[in-house]
Amino acid sequence: MAENTEPRIGVFLCHCGTNIAGSLSIEDVVEYAKTLPYVTIADQYQYMCSTPGQKKIDDAINEHNLTGVVVAACSPRLHEPTFRTATKEGGLNPFRFEMANIREQNSWVHMHGMWEEATEKAKDQVRMAVAKAARLEDLIPKSVPVERAAMVVGAGVGGMQAALDLASAGIKTYLIEATPTIGGRMSQLDKTFPTLDCSQCILTPKMVDVGRHPNIEMMTYTEVEKVEGYIGNFDITLRKKARGVLTPDEATAKGIVGGGCNGCGDCSEVCPVIKPNPFEMGMAPRKAIYIYHAQVMPLIYTVDFDSCVKCNLCVDVCGDKKAIDLEMQDEFITVKVGTAILATGFDLISIEEKREWGYKQFDNVISSLEFERLICASGPTGGHLIRPSDGKTPMAVGYVLCAGSRDNTGGVAKPYCSRFCCMYSLKHAHQIYEKIPGCKVYLFYMDIRSFGKMYEEFYYRIQNEGAKFIRGRVANVLEDPETKNLHIYSEDTLLGRPVDVEVDMLVLAAAIQPKEGANVLRKKFGVSASQDGWMLEAHPKLNPCGTTTAGVFLAGVCQGPKDIPDTVAQAEGAASAASIPIHMGEVELEPYFAMCIEDLCAGCGMCINLCPYAALDLTEKNGRTVMVVTEAKCKGCGTCGGFCPGGAIKMQHFTSPQIAAQIDAFFAGGEQ
Amino acid sequence: MADEWKPKILAIICNWCSYAGADLAGGARIQYPPTVRAIRVMCTGRVDMLFILKAFVEGADGVLVSGCHFGDCHYLEGNFKAAKRMFMIKSLLRNIGLDDRRFRMTFVSASEGAKWGTVMEDVTNTVKELGPSPIKEFKK
Repeated sequence: MAENTEPRIGVFLCHCGTNIAGSLSIEDVVEYAKTLPYVTIADQYQYMCSTPGQKKIDDAINEHNLTGVVVAACSPRLHEPTFRTATKEGGLNPFRFEMANIREQNSWVHMHGMWEEATEKAKDQVRMAVAKAARLEDLIPKSVPVERAAMVVGAGVGGMQAALDLASAGIKTYLIEATPTIGGRMSQLDKTFPTLDCSQCILTPKMVDVGRHPNIEMMTYTEVEKVEGYIGNFDITLRKKARGVLTPDEATAKGIVGGGCNGCGDCSEVCPVIKPNPFEMGMAPRKAIYIYHAQVMPLIYTVDFDSCVKCNLCVDVCGDKKAIDLEMQDEFITVKVGTAILATGFDLISIEEKREWGYKQFDNVISSLEFERLICASGPTGGHLIRPSDGKTPMAVGYVLCAGSRDNTGGVAKPYCSRFCCMYSLKHAHQIYEKIPGCKVYLFYMDIRSFGKMYEEFYYRIQNEGAKFIRGRVANVLEDPETKNLHIYSEDTLLGRPVDVEVDMLVLAAAIQPKEGANVLRKKFGVSASQDGWMLEAHPKLNPCGTTTAGVFLAGVCQGPKDIPDTVAQAEGAASAASIPIHMGEVELEPYFAMCIEDLCAGCGMCINLCPYAALDLTEKNGRTVMVVTEAKCKGCGTCGGFCPGGAIKMQHFTSPQIAAQIDAFFAGGEQ
Repeated sequence: MADEWKPKILAIICNWCSYAGADLAGGARIQYPPTVRAIRVMCTGRVDMLFILKAFVEGADGVLVSGCHFGDCHYLEGNFKAAKRMFMIKSLLRNIGLDDRRFRMTFVSASEGAKWGTVMEDVTNTVKELGPSPIKEFKK
């Protein structure tokens, strides 16, 4: 196409059924568009995104020899790719397409009694889009090779599944875990609902698979320090936290033959420092040199340098293995990966801040995760359910469901449903009946949400086992100072009367929130947060694993509360999505790079410091100093172009003449 | 008639946060006044001060720049750099005798559809209170 020919623009309005046509006059806007400069054809269709709709674009390009296409329809964030493809199929460069968002930003927000105003706004939007379309240029996307490796951050059940899937598809996978062992929350659970599988029994084979897989490089006690690069070429710097203990491989590398930690535990035996074990929710001790539990993967001890007194007893007992190095420092390593999956999971909220339920005020009020450890055969009590105050077997246990979930009172409370608390509370009731015949269980609930496969059936089963369901929020909990029993005050909303239930022990099914540090991590990867704080998916329905950062995907609870089956399913989805660019071998980057207009560049270098990606440099050309862009590093934000005092930086697809034309076009509409 | 005057307000908004937030407002059918026309850029960092001045010269009654919250910028810090420039715009407007409330920078994330609606209401009300831009009088 000759560059100097007059622009010929085609405008296409979409009715979107009645979504658009129900709120503004398509007819008026089409007629108006025909009067605009450069517009050669203006047309309309029920659904522009349908095959006949797209064919209209294709045909018009050929029939009218168009140089640009405008579709006034939904958001470009939804259908820009569709119409770019249609534009391309008509024989034009796909970047000669511009969208006017007359649905999300017009018909849907000006719905009632706003017909005239919405029509006027649509005319303005089309006029502005045409002004830009007339100045669009051919752009060629840049293809970049994709590193044949992936990273999964977080090694809970979701992260492990994603890593296993990627690795089994032949992709080198780095599995990063902040704690000393993989396994995550699921390894803390005793049983899983509704099948009552032993959680560890179904999880440990996966942990072993991860440990053995030749394509997985498991990096525990490691955190993401810095993320640079873009899809296909992320350079991720990891902080390998000082563990104080050498693995056999590390020992061999240091020339200690046959050395390194073999997990014998002699060091822990002699260590004089005792600390609470966070894996056991602080209910069991660990030493300053420790493992979380017997099934850890890798079976390597870790020194807690915050509490180590450097007495060297462990070093002595370790002897010739020379596994312990109390002078170890954090190490930084950089790995290159093509794609990454975040699977950081969750924490319980600080439920003690809901003072009315007495957590941390009364001995016998515990959280649901503490209950999991108390009922677990590998837990601190060997699976004997006892109450903390006196070690007696409880004969009446209360449950507060939605403890901080579905709660709009602010503070630590969360407006959302944490999704799995109903089901694990039912499971807990069953476990109590199994272990303590004759024990009474009272569940205070708002609604029982048993939404999954075989979940409702499980609910009936627990009802038949004798659990008492009291529909009402718990207003207050008080302790009998003599017996340490608890009085639960609530209203039975089905009977319409207040209740006071005395129990030996109370379990709070606490709400969940994003894992500590997840907020910092997501920002490193450029991932947004939803209003509720969880990581934001690219599209809630159609792209639940993707994010707005190309090449970064989400798995599991970090994206929003979900149970184990949903977490594993999303992890497999994320792994599949993350493997696609790697298997394709190269990806196309949107060609929105900065370009230096060398005739205008004075070589002042102000742009160099503005660039967050170090994509700009100064260079000598024809005896002058000018700026030069490294396209592979440029992500197209335009921060340089927005500042250049000489207007010497051209931001492709968002050039100053294009934006200026849009501004002109807005005000060319005159007074409304 | 004065009460029928509808302000012309230009918004330059970033693709990743505010444009997505505006889309979310649409999806949630949050209703707001039809006074604002948006130009999409990839990042508020792209916003040249001249764009804003140009808009005022062409007859804008108000201009809004909206991006990601600090720390949430898709390009790390484009919104910081934009915000710095926007202070300059404000002082410049004051110096030429234009009420600086006609220009505003807001931060609306991709999940804040309702906030986008509030911003639209608020910007419209502020500009309505200030009346038509005096620059338009010069142009007559």
